[in-house]
Amino acid sequence: MVNELYEAVIGLEVHAELATKTKIYCSCTTDFGGLPNTHCCPVCLGMPGTLPVLNRRVVEYAIKAGIATNCTIINFTKQDRKNYFYPDVPKNYQISQYDLPICRNGYIEIEAGGGKKKIRIQRIHIEEDAGKLVHSEDGKYSYIDYNRAGVPLIEIVSEPDISSAEEAKAYLEKLKSILQFIGVSDCKMEEGSLRADVNISVKPKGEAKLGNKTEIKNLNSFRAVYRAINAEIERQIGIIESKGIVIKETRRWDDSKGKSYPMRSKEEVQDYRYFPEPDIPPFTISEELVEEVRSSMPELPDKRKERYISEYGLPAYDAEILTSSRELSDFFEKAARGSNNIKAVSNWIMGDFMRIIKERNIKIDEVPFKPEHISRLVSLVDSGIINGTTAKMVFEVMFDSGKDPEDIVKEKGLEILNDRSELLDVVKRVIAANPASVADYRKGKKKVLGFLVGQAMKETKGQADPRILNELFLQELGENS
Amino acid sequence: MKFDERQPGKVRIDDNKIAGLSIDELTISNLQKLISKREISVPELTKDMLDRIEKLDSMLGCYINVIGEQAMERAKEVQEKLDRGEINSPLAGIPMALKDNICTDGIPTTCGSKMLADFVPPYDAHVVKRLYDNGAILLGKVNMDEFAMGSSTETSYYKKTINPWDPERVPGGSSGGSAAAVAAGEAVYSLGSDTGGSIRNPASFCGCVGLKPTYGLVSRYGLIAYASSFDQIGPITRNVTDCALVLNAIAGHDPMDLTSSKKEHPDYTKALVNDVKGLKIGIPREFMDENGNGMEKSVKDAVLNAVRVFLELGAECIEVSIPALEYVVPMYYIIALAEASSNLARYDGIRYGYRTPDYKNLEELCKRSRSEGFGKEVKRRILLGTYVLSSGYYDEYYKKALKSRMVLIQQFKAAFEKCDIIIGPVTPTTAYRIGEKIDDPLKMYMEDVFTAPANIAGLPAMSIPCGVDMKSLPIGLQLIGRPFDESTILRAAYTFETHTVEGWKNG
Repeated sequence: MVNELYEAVIGLEVHAELATKTKIYCSCTTDFGGLPNTHCCPVCLGMPGTLPVLNRRVVEYAIKAGIATNCTIINFTKQDRKNYFYPDVPKNYQISQYDLPICRNGYIEIEAGGGKKKIRIQRIHIEEDAGKLVHSEDGKYSYIDYNRAGVPLIEIVSEPDISSAEEAKAYLEKLKSILQFIGVSDCKMEEGSLRADVNISVKPKGEAKLGNKTEIKNLNSFRAVYRAINAEIERQIGIIESKGIVIKETRRWDDSKGKSYPMRSKEEVQDYRYFPEPDIPPFTISEELVEEVRSSMPELPDKRKERYISEYGLPAYDAEILTSSRELSDFFEKAARGSNNIKAVSNWIMGDFMRIIKERNIKIDEVPFKPEHISRLVSLVDSGIINGTTAKMVFEVMFDSGKDPEDIVKEKGLEILNDRSELLDVVKRVIAANPASVADYRKGKKKVLGFLVGQAMKETKGQADPRILNELFLQELGENS
Repeated sequence: MKFDERQPGKVRIDDNKIAGLSIDELTISNLQKLISKREISVPELTKDMLDRIEKLDSMLGCYINVIGEQAMERAKEVQEKLDRGEINSPLAGIPMALKDNICTDGIPTTCGSKMLADFVPPYDAHVVKRLYDNGAILLGKVNMDEFAMGSSTETSYYKKTINPWDPERVPGGSSGGSAAAVAAGEAVYSLGSDTGGSIRNPASFCGCVGLKPTYGLVSRYGLIAYASSFDQIGPITRNVTDCALVLNAIAGHDPMDLTSSKKEHPDYTKALVNDVKGLKIGIPREFMDENGNGMEKSVKDAVLNAVRVFLELGAECIEVSIPALEYVVPMYYIIALAEASSNLARYDGIRYGYRTPDYKNLEELCKRSRSEGFGKEVKRRILLGTYVLSSGYYDEYYKKALKSRMVLIQQFKAAFEKCDIIIGPVTPTTAYRIGEKIDDPLKMYMEDVFTAPANIAGLPAMSIPCGVDMKSLPIGLQLIGRPFDESTILRAAYTFETHTVEGWKNG
């Protein structure tokens, strides 16, 4: 939506909750939900006298995220206090990282404008999440739930390399797939485990000097990010065109209204008074630890995608979709294992499989049948035991019962009908029952043939071999004689 | 209780002895012998101590909260454990007191502040668990400067504690209640906390032995933070032997405190050796310079006399120089208050502690609770700390202070290549009159000039009695050691005490 006369400069700050079992500084669970204030202890409530003990896993996960995004892992690091008063922060400071983040100078590649584009990552640091404020309907009371307080986060800060809403969306999708692949975060936006803030400025095309930037917060879905960026680009262009000045400010996105509003003016710029966290001594990250983490990492999505193209001979489009999440990709690999028609397996997964799990609102790990049942279904079709129509029906039954497609075909007697004399009777009956269509056909409306074959399929409950039916119709309608 | 006018400075607390011991004899080791010989039972001893508190404390004001019933219950339990041979610790059955910034499960912990008047921690501090495991009997929680901010115990929201040596004088601070309680025999020993001198200063004013351990030797878990980089818990006792006994019980690694050291610590009673022959004792030139630090002549004389005693006992005394000592007070206040401003941010009236009765919205709730819940000195320190961390000032103050801290650490290290321990005064003066310095914060801050260096450099430091001044008020001698070398300062202190105790107490 960027006007040809302008270009946008966009950077993203993404917060991802880490999928560790326990919180960053205590042993409370990180499970989502739970009654308010039941996943808490004196430490994550910041009670007087308590001290934080850094969860080693959090550091390992941050290193993983850094390796997966081509970052340099720092060898000497520390945590810092970010001071600000807000009731969802139990200590009125957040333990974060200021000048020595664990990861620096990385990048990820996204598909943009038909090619690849590198989006550089400035830093990844670890910090603690805050609790949640809940306001009563009458507006009289506010309640605080500290269950999320102390859940570990990584903040991933990109360089301002993004130039459109599409690229921002592609970047977020890529980041999400990477973090899920390496098991570092569930990235569930609906549970708030992935959140993004956008920094954005607009300038005339070719102009070197950057425009004033705004920061947009409260973006709770990829769609909101996309819409907010387009709206902000438009807003800033509008200001520039009417000779106004874009104010440096933080804005809050209202998704229902499709608009953003100023959150605080620049006079109120927060001074976080960062200083080194005295309760957590600085620590080193050894080469050995980085290597240990590296060797424990699964294959990353980009690598898998390449392998799907080179090894399985899949089109880039298929490979991209199949590697969009770890679950899907793992499911596909199991389904493809031992199959000699991998493209057909891919078609099933990208088509009916994705459609049905969406319709039925189930997750991949809730699919009742085994991945290898898909390759069996493909062989049933390829070996001519069932036709495509039957296969679609069998697939639905697999979702209902979780049964092996071979068993379903046997139990229901769904094998293909290819007895010519039996099918000839059907063809004759159809011709007799549809004199008008037959007349049309004879007048040259060849398309009618498809309708007649369809009627015959109906009569055979979809089990007839369509090639034989075709042949028989042509023969009976006198085409061959 | 009477203060003997014919013999000023000598505490005369009626005639009633505890377990036949005079107040000077009320030590852990003496009581332990009586308990094991069954000359007194733990409940009897506890009862006697509670009676003494009952009799004296309305005047002395050591305790914020006495937990008589709980103490008696624990005393019975500990006696039963002793009878069954289930407990074997020199601290078993000995009644003691805790500074009221050390969290105790189910027992109010006020930090000397209105802000925490109703705060009851749901957990014990690590040191409290250790002491309970050793069979200690907690008598109650003792007075302190609010949030440990002060050197006279006058900033407490609750009460003034008076110095048992002179009812018109302060006991020192911030662990004033801890030191006064031990001096007056209202506790056999106590724990204090020391951020810039808060154990050593009152120990010196009250004629007790006080030790601030090496940073990291004793867990800070459950100590309500003032300045996290400097805070350490330590014992205040009647003599050096008791100090070693208590330190043995509370030192050691705690996985709940990342700043606590994993080093094995020695048995500190092994250091109680009457021998300083060949020990190299350094006296920093900067400590003895009369200009600038306001040191009274009597204090200087007492320290020089201590040097003579050590020389006579065969130690070697040398002058050392630690030039960065000149900047200790600004260094200390910048770093400590920066941390304090952040540590005390959590007291906002929302989750626990004082909440203003009158507020319309969140901002008012927080502002008013803090305005009404904190005292003047605490507010002053929060403001100063906030200021030095503010953008534009951070580099000029905080960063510079951290750099000079590194210089001080290096200079101490260099000095310790020439000597084994460093000695000097604890405070520039002896106990001053109540109200004398409370309205002059700068004067009050100068009280820390000799004690804060050990906190800034993380070194172990002790205060032991080394004489009395013309007003018969006790003077403290400070002994500073290498990191984790509490043993050497304990040895020097023990030797000094052995040779001087009768002398100084009889004036």
